Amino acid sequence: MIAHSIFFYFFSIIAVVSAIMVTVSKNTVHSVFFLILDFISISCLFIMIGAEFLGMMMLIVYVGAVAVLFLFVVMMLNVAQQKNQWFASEESSKHIPVGLIISILIFFELIIVIGGWKYKPDLFDLNNSITNASVNNTQSLGQVLYTDYIHVFQISGMILLVAMIGAIVLTFRKREGVKTQSYLKQISRERSEGVEVLDVETNKGVKIDD
Amino acid sequence: MTEIGLGHYLTLGAVIFSIGTIGIFLNRKNIIVILMSIELILLAVNINLVSFSIFLGDIAGQVFTLFILTVAAAEAAIGLAIIVVYYRNSGTIRVEEIDKLKG
Repeated sequence: MIAHSIFFYFFSIIAVVSAIMVTVSKNTVHSVFFLILDFISISCLFIMIGAEFLGMMMLIVYVGAVAVLFLFVVMMLNVAQQKNQWFASEESSKHIPVGLIISILIFFELIIVIGGWKYKPDLFDLNNSITNASVNNTQSLGQVLYTDYIHVFQISGMILLVAMIGAIVLTFRKREGVKTQSYLKQISRERSEGVEVLDVETNKGVKIDD
Repeated sequence: MTEIGLGHYLTLGAVIFSIGTIGIFLNRKNIIVILMSIELILLAVNINLVSFSIFLGDIAGQVFTLFILTVAAAEAAIGLAIIVVYYRNSGTIRVEEIDKLKG
């Protein structure tokens, strides 16, 4: 149990510090790297608490896909050359105290909610154990995911499809002056417009391109 | 050192959520950092769902975490595509220079 505490504090301190560094660091590439560190430590926490499948999914989806996508976009957009100071102008930093107050209020509200849960006496009597101890985490997740939640699962697949098509449509552009294949033109060529049969008279030859 | 319980994980989720909202409000740099703060907020929600799911013994929380993961990935893809298009059109993604909607 003491090892559990040590690992929890280790990973959570890394997670909190890297979350702060995501918002604070001046270089955007550094904040992407701290975001990756944050995801990795949170997924270690998930694996530690017993949700192994979700921890691995976080690693694959967030670190493998989303963070690399962020990294690509940051490097493509050349944001490093832009001025990255904290308070750009007097006018734009007016709303910062309001934002801080709202964020701190949100934090204390969440803490109060946690306190309410902590001192609710019959909290852990809810332990009616829908999860079965004999199957592992991935198996029990799959048993409900493909039966009870099959419609939601398929809708999430549709969401991914729509997102993919939307991203392609948004960033697609036709460039001028680039020679590309036109498949429609290639397919719709016929013999009558491609080949011409001529009677060639002897000693006269054929004029091409007249 | 007390035993690590549900409250510890929920506190971690609350701290990361608040850091995400502070990141949205305080951000003076480019809009990509705002998207990253939104990812942090979704991560905090995932921490809450998974810890409730583990400590209350109900697998449904982890299923919903999976769906939040899906939606977060789709949101990141669409948001980054919009940012790329905006940068191509206007040449900047600084937060205070994005004022075309006059909001």
